[in-house]
Amino acid sequence: MLVAIASLTLLGVTLGWLLGLAARYLKVEGNPLVEQVEALLPGSQCGQCGLPGCGAAAQALAEGRAPLTLCPAVDRALAEELAQLLGASADLSAVADQTPVIAHIHEQLCVGCTRCFKRCPTDAILGGPKMIHAVFADACIGCQKCFEVCPTEGIEMRPIEATLQTWYWPQPALAG
Amino acid sequence: MRLFKIRGGVHPEDRKLLSAAEPIADLPLPPLLHIPLQQHIGAPATPAVRRGEQVAKGQLLAPNQGQLSAPVHAPTSGRIVGIGSFPAHHASGLNVRTISLQPDGEDRWSNAIEGIADPFALAPAEIAARVSAAGIVGMGGATFPSAVKLNLRERYRLHTLVINGAECEPYLTCDDRLMREQAAAVVDGVRIMAHALGVTRILIGIENNKPDAQAAMEQAARLDDRIRVVHLPTRYPMGSEKHLVQTLIGRETPARGLTADVGVVVHNPATAFAVHEALRYGRPLVSRVMTVSGGAIRRPGNLRVPLGTPLQYLIDHCGGFEVEPARLISGGPMMGQPLPSTRVPAVKGSNGLLALTVEESKWRATMPCIRCAGCVRACPCGLLPLEMATHARTGDLERVADLGLMDCIGCGSCAYVCPSHIPLVQYFNYAKGELAARGRIKQKRIETKRLAEQRAQRMAAIQRAKREAMAQRKRAAAAQKSQATNTD
Repeated sequence: MLVAIASLTLLGVTLGWLLGLAARYLKVEGNPLVEQVEALLPGSQCGQCGLPGCGAAAQALAEGRAPLTLCPAVDRALAEELAQLLGASADLSAVADQTPVIAHIHEQLCVGCTRCFKRCPTDAILGGPKMIHAVFADACIGCQKCFEVCPTEGIEMRPIEATLQTWYWPQPALAG
Repeated sequence: MRLFKIRGGVHPEDRKLLSAAEPIADLPLPPLLHIPLQQHIGAPATPAVRRGEQVAKGQLLAPNQGQLSAPVHAPTSGRIVGIGSFPAHHASGLNVRTISLQPDGEDRWSNAIEGIADPFALAPAEIAARVSAAGIVGMGGATFPSAVKLNLRERYRLHTLVINGAECEPYLTCDDRLMREQAAAVVDGVRIMAHALGVTRILIGIENNKPDAQAAMEQAARLDDRIRVVHLPTRYPMGSEKHLVQTLIGRETPARGLTADVGVVVHNPATAFAVHEALRYGRPLVSRVMTVSGGAIRRPGNLRVPLGTPLQYLIDHCGGFEVEPARLISGGPMMGQPLPSTRVPAVKGSNGLLALTVEESKWRATMPCIRCAGCVRACPCGLLPLEMATHARTGDLERVADLGLMDCIGCGSCAYVCPSHIPLVQYFNYAKGELAARGRIKQKRIETKRLAEQRAQRMAAIQRAKREAMAQRKRAAAAQKSQATNTD
């Protein structure tokens, strides 16, 4: 009787100690999937998805609480990558319709209030107080934060037009 | 000389007789020239002239922007009437920044233009700099800035300069005529380039369907015993630089590498001629020889065309259309690109303007693939066009890339032999473009991340500085207060 109690207690204590050790040294910080998803997101913390920053968006995506097309910066290729990572089948029909846009400041409307300049998550707006602002097209991610705050409605979101360098042949139409 | 075999290829009917007998004629000046600022691979040139300005022939209109770019010069003397957007010489029909020039009819060269008596006394880097300043680009159609290729000696051990006189595209005869009529000038340009590259061997490859060009070049090449004119078998795509090098020296260029990896640099005879003009006479690249041909053209011929001439003007000069053309093509029929209209100007890379009749264009409706593997036999790069097209159609572009899409030279041999008339090359061009676009997006994503992180760091630093300043002020105020109480 005593032997049984002692051996079971010993067993319990040892295994508990081992588990405690494992919990300490093999601890997993958060969901590793979240980190991988976050690495794919733009990281501009623009908040357009309605969540506070890209970290929260990655969390939502990893837990399957949000559609893959949650982030406005997600294009078809990125959506495919996300789908592969999360093992979900993506409904990509909505992605294809989105044309990427970038901000354009109408110089005659700009009053140099620096509101857009302060909000730009990628520093894509150049300017200073009482100076006409301008957009670096290469750095603009089309998050529309500046578009929303401009007091003179002097910012237009323009679709990115193809140039000779970026144009390519469309996929041939299928045989009829 | 022993030649090596390449795999695949096709033997299209060459149709060169339409224009091969026509000597190069100078095209009269058109009433208006439209000179695009992007006539080359790389960054567009930036305009340095204003509207209303009077310019002389050969005057710099727009300097290059960065290393991988080329400047643009005035093709004749006249007045700048506008700098704006104009349809580009491109299948997309998109506009490109263009300088419009109204010739004054004098065709007066700029005074600043001066040649060099002995280009061989110049340092190689100086030759490359002059070639760059003359705006010379690869004139076989690739339009890669030639100076960049002449500077390859800094990074590679080069031994051979190959002059690509294969002109394997059907219809085109501009290089053929140039080598026949300007053999001495071409050879001079070749020797200058060889000096710049520091090579010991020069091979001029010319296909056997151009015996006159072979004879003329052999005659002109006698003054230099490094030069050898090689008679190439007539076979498409002999003029692909990687295949030409393999035929001549028996070594294959590594996948996605340059011919410089095997110690060879390839240039076009028209480029050699432009180098000769630039070094000997100081003339920048302001005109080029073009073949205007095809069954729909009344009088096919070879013309020396000032850059920026509207193509309609060339067609009118050749007697207009005999029949309504089914297709208008810039370049050869195999790799050329369809033209959106005849308004577009002639550019540095345009070697031909073809107006093909319905019979010539041989358009047929696409049928399903019967898996005959004709394309596999025809592919000079050893790829599987049918598999690649299938995956490109289903959108599995990674798989297409795995099958060697980036090794495809887009020669069109596969589409030429396809009995089902599948537009294989268009599938590949689409896949290449789509993959490049995805690469650009990925690059932008990385950049966005970097910018956002930088901004976050800056914001944190500003906040920290503010807090510190506030603490400092508080401390100072407290010290003052305590001092005030002490003195009381």
